[in-house]
Amino acid sequence: MRIGPYSASKGRAMYRYDTFDQRLIDQRVAQFRDQTRRFLAGELTEDEFRPLRLQNGLYIQKHAPMFRISIPYGMLETRQLRKLAYVARRYDRGYGHFTTRQNLQLNWPRLEHVPDILAELATVQMHAIQTSGNCVRNVTSDHYAGVALDETADPRPYAELIRQWATFNPEFAYLPRKFKIAVTGATSDRAAVKIHDVGLQLVHDDAGDLGFRVLVGGGLGRTPIIGHVIREFLPRNEILNYLDAILRTYNRYGRRDNKWKARIKILVKDLTPARFAAEVEAEWAHAAGGAGTVPDEEFTRIAAFFEPPAYDAFAGDDSSYRAAIADNRGFANWVKRNVHPHKVPGYVIVSLSLKKTGVPPGDVTSDQMDAIADLADVYSFGEVGVSHEQNLILRDVRQRDAFALWSALKTLGLATPNIGLLTDIVCCPGGDFCSLANAKSIPIAQAIQQRFDDLDYLHDIGEIDLNMSGCMNACGQHHIGHIGILGVDKNGSEWYQVSIGGSQGNDAALGKVIGPSFAAHEMPAVVERLIDAYLTHRHDDERFIDTVQRLGIEPFKERVYVAAH
Amino acid sequence: MSQLIKQRLVTDDRWILVREAAALADLPDGVPVIVPLKLWIERRAALIARGDVGVWLAPDEDPAALASDVSRLPVIAIDFPQFTDGRGYSHARLLRDRHGYEGELRATGDVQRDQLYYLAQSGFDAFAIRDDKDAHDALAGLDDFSDGYQLTQQRTPWFRRRAANAPHPGDTWFPCA
Repeated sequence: MRIGPYSASKGRAMYRYDTFDQRLIDQRVAQFRDQTRRFLAGELTEDEFRPLRLQNGLYIQKHAPMFRISIPYGMLETRQLRKLAYVARRYDRGYGHFTTRQNLQLNWPRLEHVPDILAELATVQMHAIQTSGNCVRNVTSDHYAGVALDETADPRPYAELIRQWATFNPEFAYLPRKFKIAVTGATSDRAAVKIHDVGLQLVHDDAGDLGFRVLVGGGLGRTPIIGHVIREFLPRNEILNYLDAILRTYNRYGRRDNKWKARIKILVKDLTPARFAAEVEAEWAHAAGGAGTVPDEEFTRIAAFFEPPAYDAFAGDDSSYRAAIADNRGFANWVKRNVHPHKVPGYVIVSLSLKKTGVPPGDVTSDQMDAIADLADVYSFGEVGVSHEQNLILRDVRQRDAFALWSALKTLGLATPNIGLLTDIVCCPGGDFCSLANAKSIPIAQAIQQRFDDLDYLHDIGEIDLNMSGCMNACGQHHIGHIGILGVDKNGSEWYQVSIGGSQGNDAALGKVIGPSFAAHEMPAVVERLIDAYLTHRHDDERFIDTVQRLGIEPFKERVYVAAH
Repeated sequence: MSQLIKQRLVTDDRWILVREAAALADLPDGVPVIVPLKLWIERRAALIARGDVGVWLAPDEDPAALASDVSRLPVIAIDFPQFTDGRGYSHARLLRDRHGYEGELRATGDVQRDQLYYLAQSGFDAFAIRDDKDAHDALAGLDDFSDGYQLTQQRTPWFRRRAANAPHPGDTWFPCA
């Protein structure tokens, strides 16, 4: 292992377990080991075991169990990434898939190995707790947390507090349906808080105190809904009491008669957001100021884990970096797409694209994981972030190191300069892996990537989100893609429904379906016609989504269907 | 007779859970009975006069219906038709925390080992283990975890206890590679 200048464990902005945290994780491993033993011995039926294994991340899928490892708010330290590499190599086929909720999925582990995998993960403070099942799932956040220019407050201490609150919460382990929470501390929402069951945005009130804007009832799936603000400002100390009130209201009144109407968004819609909010406020009134109120000292304690690393105070704006951009077109393209501004002078945020043409979106091999860990140790304080767009992030790279990092990433196939571009496709595992899927998604994504492989053309098209899901469960978040593709089943064959005009972030919106669905082989041409229509109609600096919002879907629809027939 | 775990012991259960009773005549004589909420509401005075009566709640029944009776009832049961229906956890919290119920709070129905820890944390202190399961085996479920982060019916949040429990001032860091 290469040891870089920043590889010392001190100064790393990560939460670290103490003996209390570790004991709970170890007890969980022992609990699940015994549950698995009892299942294999016939003492637990499949129906009895299912919720237990789901809450330990284990689905039974088309070919094998699918196992989802939690990456709380998308933060990894390098020893954790190396452990993931090891686990994928030893217990799977040497690769993993990063998901839109910042987790890692393995597609081929064996059920009887899962307790051992969990024990391995526990040695580096990792787990698969509540990564599936009808419970509070992994808390997600902004992949630029702590280093973004537009940050009101670092969301990670709050995400960690909520992680602890959610972990083995006795009252909320058997909810009507899954429950997802996202936290952002920035003015520009990169955590998709409006499409979560609960979205939390850190804000200041008029007095300058920190708290949350609370959104409830967003979600995609069969009934996509944008979340509603039920409270403009909640003092931060009350966050857990308020979450208790939301969850208790949902646990008691959410529908349990119909799986497709069981998410909190349906309850909020049925009650109306105002009445739902009133229920929550009444419930919260009993708890406010009580034992569940979080003292300031606890925020201070957790925030201490996320102190900025030991930045080079003299890093400054680097001339060699600017020279390399001027001299090397490949590097310049990569900087343009994959490098983002950092709040500290002389540093940048680097995205590692997991969207190379020919590789399933979000997939990384064990060898790549090890190599990324080495690079993160050398160049980024031993930390790696995961974005909900299924890419990896090195948050703290000195400008002067960027060229060397780029060179190394190129040889690893991780420097595709396409972050935010058409080929940076967000995609679920689809019918190749997932038993829920109606249709394959990865081959379609690859065919589209191949069609748009010309870099100049790709850069000319500019920023565009293309999201694809293999079924209504919308793991690929197709509703919020500027172009969204949904796999559907028609009489036993696979078809693809196309929507445009969706968006994530502050202006989150749901896409509109443009018309009848298409066969798989038509999809690259369909996307190409949508892009043609955009290039015809766009004003100077308009992105695809801006043109769609200005003109509506008609000109696009016309181009696609007229040309097709 | 169903197997009851109470005070961490498997005991004989002297209470009869009457799942359906439209009238007082449907109740067995001379034994303690746990009656449906509906019957309790309709025949409250007569049931109080009979004595040896508890009430059970279905998942969709509001525990607030018993708010004025909490000091009178020696047993309240909350039924779990399927263990995956988690409404009873919230209802237990409400009975204990909001309505101040201090008597026996019993989980009935699809009650198994792997839910006991969470049930106990939510305020249940008696568990009528499903007939086809071994109650002695189920007892172990109460000890799946030694503690937890949250405010529950049984404990204050860990963040309120951490400072007092840490063997050293400040934090106890777990040794890591």
